[in-house]
Amino acid sequence: MTTETPGGGGALLRVRDLKTYFVTEHGKGTARAVDEVSFDLYPGETLGIVGESGCGKTVTSLSILRLIPEPPGHILPGSLIEFEGRNLLALPAPELRAVRGNQIAMIFQEPMTSLNPVFTVGDQIAEAAIIHQHLSRGAARARAIEMLQLVGIPDPGERVDHYPHQLSGGMRQRVMIAMALVCHPKVLIADEPTTALDVTIQAQILELLGRLQKELGMAVLLITHDLGVVAGHADRVVVMYAGRVVETAQTDELFDHPTHPYTEGLLAAVPRIDAPRARLHAIPGQVPAATAWPTGCRFRPRCPYAWDKCLTEPPLLETGTPGHTARCWLVTEPARRQASR
Amino acid sequence: MTLGSWLALFVALIGAAEIVRALRQRGLKHERWRRFFRNRTTSWGLGILVFLVIVAIAAPLVAPLDPIKQHDPVHLKNLPPSWTFILGTDVFSRDVWSRVVYGARVSLGIGALGALVAVSLGSLVGAVAGYYGRRVDAVLMRGVDVGLALPRIFILLMAVALWDGLPFVTLALAIGLTSWFGTSRLVRAEVLSLQQRDFVVAARALGAGDGRVIFRHVLPNAAAPIIVSAALGVGNVLLLEASLSFLGIGVAPPRPSWGNMIADGASSLYTAPWTTLFPGLAISLVVMSLNAVADGLRDALDPREEGGAA
Repeated sequence: MTTETPGGGGALLRVRDLKTYFVTEHGKGTARAVDEVSFDLYPGETLGIVGESGCGKTVTSLSILRLIPEPPGHILPGSLIEFEGRNLLALPAPELRAVRGNQIAMIFQEPMTSLNPVFTVGDQIAEAAIIHQHLSRGAARARAIEMLQLVGIPDPGERVDHYPHQLSGGMRQRVMIAMALVCHPKVLIADEPTTALDVTIQAQILELLGRLQKELGMAVLLITHDLGVVAGHADRVVVMYAGRVVETAQTDELFDHPTHPYTEGLLAAVPRIDAPRARLHAIPGQVPAATAWPTGCRFRPRCPYAWDKCLTEPPLLETGTPGHTARCWLVTEPARRQASR
Repeated sequence: MTLGSWLALFVALIGAAEIVRALRQRGLKHERWRRFFRNRTTSWGLGILVFLVIVAIAAPLVAPLDPIKQHDPVHLKNLPPSWTFILGTDVFSRDVWSRVVYGARVSLGIGALGALVAVSLGSLVGAVAGYYGRRVDAVLMRGVDVGLALPRIFILLMAVALWDGLPFVTLALAIGLTSWFGTSRLVRAEVLSLQQRDFVVAARALGAGDGRVIFRHVLPNAAAPIIVSAALGVGNVLLLEASLSFLGIGVAPPRPSWGNMIADGASSLYTAPWTTLFPGLAISLVVMSLNAVADGLRDALDPREEGGAA
């Protein structure tokens, strides 16, 4: 959707060298859950962040709003999260609260547990409006009904007084979306918004998100492990592995020309309806523990192309074609890819 | 006993039974309150409490005589129960029944007020300690450890020694201020587990401040243990008041409380057992009823009992 270069000019949200570490108990060391992550989010676009479980997607999203539980976690100095020119990491608490839910909102993975069981959904949707816009109770209730209508819940006038346990999973996720969008944020962080839902509901929720994004003109950071979701809804994609960004590209470009061996592996692991049936490809091995990332390239132990340079020198993010970067030595030595096949 | 006070007593009894019956009827519609009334003991406990509260409120109607008036200290002292003095008279020739009735005001009042103070303070300290964690938690909880380690009665003795003849409200406050330690630990534990829940993180993501998160999202979800501890707390405070009054430092005579009635009658325990028996029975009855109601509340509010749709 956007053609700006990833230098950061015109970006709504700039993340640079984000490092979020967790001090583990029993002295097992520091878990480097997110390590030097950088990306930009432009107005109106959908940026997908994909990766396996444990690669740092959720920690990245929580770090943006500084929702990482501290003591165990901390964001290292030198990290930068810039929203409209202000570094969120340096913002005093009251100003940060004024951003949360108002300009940057978030929806969570589990609609079952992300709603407070003791309040009606109307109360919860109205909450952000009461906090940020100081609406009266009556006005907030009217706004809640309006939002329920917007997210396509039938009978909003009645549903507004229902408790979360009276709603189905898909409805609860719609309520979560209504809660997040009540102040018309500029950025919506959707952390695996459909993972806990069944497939038909998934499609409805994603369609709803897409429609609301156009109507409200917001940028969406779509975090998922589902490449199908990314293919259908993201303009650009950031692939994460082991706490790092390993590849960034426009969605079409990424699917047509994956550069990083990890992205290649992920794409090969997607079952295809148009290919002859064969055993599904799986990337060998597992994501290593965040307390002990491999030296050199973190994907090396699972990489089919790895050579001795990968063991000693951690690869940098190299730009192949414009707008397409990958953290792999193959970008500088493409001949190796053919050689090892 | 006059006809009027018999009538008032009768009305109180019927009223209590009717209130419990009506509550039960309405409660049958809700899963939660069905669980509350599932146990027969709970209904009885609730009925007795409602009855005693009505009696306490309507004390001037239910009590036939002035609870403080000494009718005839020479001829009418330590009389056994009769039609005139239904529960007998005490060593100062006062009507025991009237004193028990007026004592309900004092004893239940102190119990309720003291428990309210204790539970509010305990919830607040527990929530703050659990929510902020780390140093705040360490400091507050060490304070609570100290509070639990000191024998409460000595702290109260000290407070009373400083004041000499505590007014009713001050006494209730003093008891409340020394009774919140257990509750604060309970609430802290609950808050520790609640604040990891997704909806608390979601509330913070909406821009809710600490106060809003604690009072709107965390504490209401810890309501079950707080309510149960409040019900049990009333009984504990009432017992504490009785012990203090028995020691002569609680409610100042001649105002009747169940505790100081027992203290007054203790010297004539052999010759006039009715002077101590009836206030003692009243205390036991209230504490037992409160325990039964607390049990019922525990059943009703336990989220583990919450069946799928409930």
